[in-house]
Amino acid sequence: MLRTLSLALSFGAIMSLAVAMPSRARAIEIQEVTSPKGITAWLVEDDTVPIVNMQFAFRGGSVQDPADKSGLANLASGLLDEGAGDLDSKAFQTRLDNLNIKLSFDTGRDAFYGSMKTLTANADEAFNLTKLALTEPRFDDEPVARIKAQILSKLRSDETDPNELARRAWAKTLFGDHPYARTGDGTEESVEELTGADLKGFAERNLARDNLVVAVVGAIDAETLKGRLDEVFGDLPEKADLKPIADVTAAAGKTAHVDLPVPQTSIRLGGPGIKRDDPDFIPAYIADHILGGGTFSSRFYREIREERGLAYSVGTSLVPFDHAGVWVGAAATRADAAQEAVDLMVKEVKDMAENGPTDEELADAKSYLTGNYALRFDSSGKIAKQLLAIQLDHLGIDYVDKRNELINAVTREDVQRAAKRVYGEPPSVITVGPAAS
Amino acid sequence: MKHFPFKVPTLVGAFMVSLILSPALDRAPAYAEDATPDEVQSTPQIARIAPNAEHFTLKNGMDVVVIPDKRAPVVTHMVWYRVGSADERPGQSGNAHFLEHLMFKGTKKHPGGEFSTYVSKIGGEENAFTSNDYTAYYQRVSKDHLKDVMEFEADRMSNLVLTDEVVAPERDVILEERRMRVDNDPGALMNEALNRIFYLNHPYGRPTIGWENEIKALNAKTALDFYHEFYTPSNAILVVAGDVTPEGVKDLAEETYGQIKSKPDSARPARPAEPPSPGPRTITVRDEKVREPNLMQFYAVPSAVTGKPGEAEALSVLADILGTGATSRFYNELVRDNGPATYAGAYYSPTAVDDSRLIVVGIPRDGVDLETLQADMEASIRKLADEGVSQEELTRAKNSVVADAVYSQDSQQSLARIVGSALAVGRTLEDVQTWPARIQKVTAKDVQEVAQRYLDPEKAATGYLKPALDQQADMSEAPGNTPAASHEPETADPAAAMEQN
Repeated sequence: MLRTLSLALSFGAIMSLAVAMPSRARAIEIQEVTSPKGITAWLVEDDTVPIVNMQFAFRGGSVQDPADKSGLANLASGLLDEGAGDLDSKAFQTRLDNLNIKLSFDTGRDAFYGSMKTLTANADEAFNLTKLALTEPRFDDEPVARIKAQILSKLRSDETDPNELARRAWAKTLFGDHPYARTGDGTEESVEELTGADLKGFAERNLARDNLVVAVVGAIDAETLKGRLDEVFGDLPEKADLKPIADVTAAAGKTAHVDLPVPQTSIRLGGPGIKRDDPDFIPAYIADHILGGGTFSSRFYREIREERGLAYSVGTSLVPFDHAGVWVGAAATRADAAQEAVDLMVKEVKDMAENGPTDEELADAKSYLTGNYALRFDSSGKIAKQLLAIQLDHLGIDYVDKRNELINAVTREDVQRAAKRVYGEPPSVITVGPAAS
Repeated sequence: MKHFPFKVPTLVGAFMVSLILSPALDRAPAYAEDATPDEVQSTPQIARIAPNAEHFTLKNGMDVVVIPDKRAPVVTHMVWYRVGSADERPGQSGNAHFLEHLMFKGTKKHPGGEFSTYVSKIGGEENAFTSNDYTAYYQRVSKDHLKDVMEFEADRMSNLVLTDEVVAPERDVILEERRMRVDNDPGALMNEALNRIFYLNHPYGRPTIGWENEIKALNAKTALDFYHEFYTPSNAILVVAGDVTPEGVKDLAEETYGQIKSKPDSARPARPAEPPSPGPRTITVRDEKVREPNLMQFYAVPSAVTGKPGEAEALSVLADILGTGATSRFYNELVRDNGPATYAGAYYSPTAVDDSRLIVVGIPRDGVDLETLQADMEASIRKLADEGVSQEELTRAKNSVVADAVYSQDSQQSLARIVGSALAVGRTLEDVQTWPARIQKVTAKDVQEVAQRYLDPEKAATGYLKPALDQQADMSEAPGNTPAASHEPETADPAAAMEQN
């Protein structure tokens, strides 16, 4: 994708707006299904293709990693499907592969995610293996050592990867001593020390019914799903054992530089934003779209890329964590132009804070965002991820119907107010590249 | 998630998107008709990929494929040109991709970014990509806007206007793109270098993004020359997937693309062919930033276009059994149970105009050197070639092709790409649709034969990615246990220190 704007920011969080919802052009019917044991899922039934897609999450995530065990949730995400019940790693993986069941886990800062996709013909075994992975993971020595080695290899590679370094420095700079300052990957030292007992502790504390969110899309009806929900999740403990996480305000106006001998400098900006439940979130989302959101018409794109050819990939995003609102801007440019690019970005941020958007920009943004809604809804996998994100963000089952009205109701004053709140302070600036000459 | 530390998407260069980045696209989505009884029962009876797709040709020679999908009121509209970086003139590497960027700069009728502005206003998505064999442009829009984007796309097929003013900054953008994807990443540099020594004569050896010095020399004239030579309806494939009918698309296509007269003799000429392999060759790329040495090996194999009947199918199954996923030979023999590798994999794409590659990659575990791992990987390959594959392995590989075919039905974008890339390299819709059925005919003997015929290390090219020489000495003192601190880049600012505690 040669014109891609993707920032590869990879926060692990699914933003229900940033991966926005479809339009009402064709209403999808979301059913709320509650099982006999009280497990709730949102379901969209669709028999067009004989597959079932289930996305689920446990609130918590890598921010729950004990201080001396960073990377624990990440390691667990690689090990839940490495042997469970009577099946050792090889047997478990062989069963999945023989039946073409796609089961995987991942962690974000605020939630631990699971994903299961199966052909309907193999649904029995797919749900059964998911249940085993969640309730009877083995954490045998061999897979623990093997997956740790893979993570350690990745961590070592990351030490000289400009994007990874920028991602880490961004978190460290903005969040200081707060757990959000950790990316969730862990460090070589912490990962080396993690054990099967740590992983068992993770599962016991984090995989429970009261922090579970489930979305299902595909060829399955509500009655069948009720049974499946109890089968997969019914034996999990009722309550998760999560530690409270303090709210934190991201740091503004800091600078950080990481020396790396590369021809191109990676730039990250950031500062305090607002959380997803803030009434100004949607106006702020529109401000972000105009400043640097995902089209070829944003201010960042125009000023940095189109007019000056200073970067290939450039943009901004809001990152609404559960305990902090924050925003990020990113670009990568040849080392000798890095300062010029930073100055241009900071200037655009400041201008958005002080003056907000023009009427035309606002109208164009609304037109794009509302029109784009339907495109995010054309496969069962995409739909399931949206349903999961809406639940995680507590937006309500009618959000799909309301979303475009919420966008259209925003005024220029709303955006200006929100932009001032988000971009009003000087951004923190992180660069990774050769030392400034 | 599976922590495969190898950055697979960058393996073959960012521009060969279809080769590896999207296994669902090119790694043989397929289906079972006559596999072994057990598993076949557990798979739904869809015998074809995109079973309801239709293909027709406009009077000017432009191919059209329509893939109806009524589930959402959106369409994916793509135009594929049968031209890519392997069709560039020597000395102008990067020109196909350069033109791809410049296609967004406007026409007489729709100057500047009018097309992009329109797409953005209606909430559409758009992009484009270039490989060594094709160049493609797409928009994803609400179905009501299909006709408009077809008019825009048809307009820029023959009316592109370029000025030095818009060309110069875009060339800088591409240089940044090269820095980001290649120059900043030693692994990508090694891949580029390996590609260069693998191909002795064929232009697949050139990077699609271009060599830096040659990118700098590209200009409006080089781009327009390429454009005028190759961009014409008879060289293009229209693919529309989504909430449409073949009849409806046909009418719109006649009204838009059908009005353009095709240029004669615009098909790309045959590329210079490869001579027989003179023997094994290796290249080592060293970089002070390398923390995890790794190796990559290329074997010359036929594509679905150049192979004898059944070869591409057998090679797809072979790559799957050898090195795809956690039940593959490589994973079981080299990664599990404290094996010599942290990661080992094999990849093959049948979608290429000329001969393709079977790619093998490996990351040794701490304390194992690259040459040792290479010997182990070659031994694993030789064992497969000597002893063949088991029925269980064969069935599993076939079934994954079947399942991928069903899963691909879930995404109109995936289907449009599978079909578009196949037609762009000279395959047919029928060929794509019957791929699963043909995969089912692959026997254990077929797999063993292609392994014996093509996986000869004496003919392969191997690339090593290693730390700088002085660093390597440091590392060998404490294999497997190098203190992390010695790997830390120096940080000027304590706030940016990399330790995470």
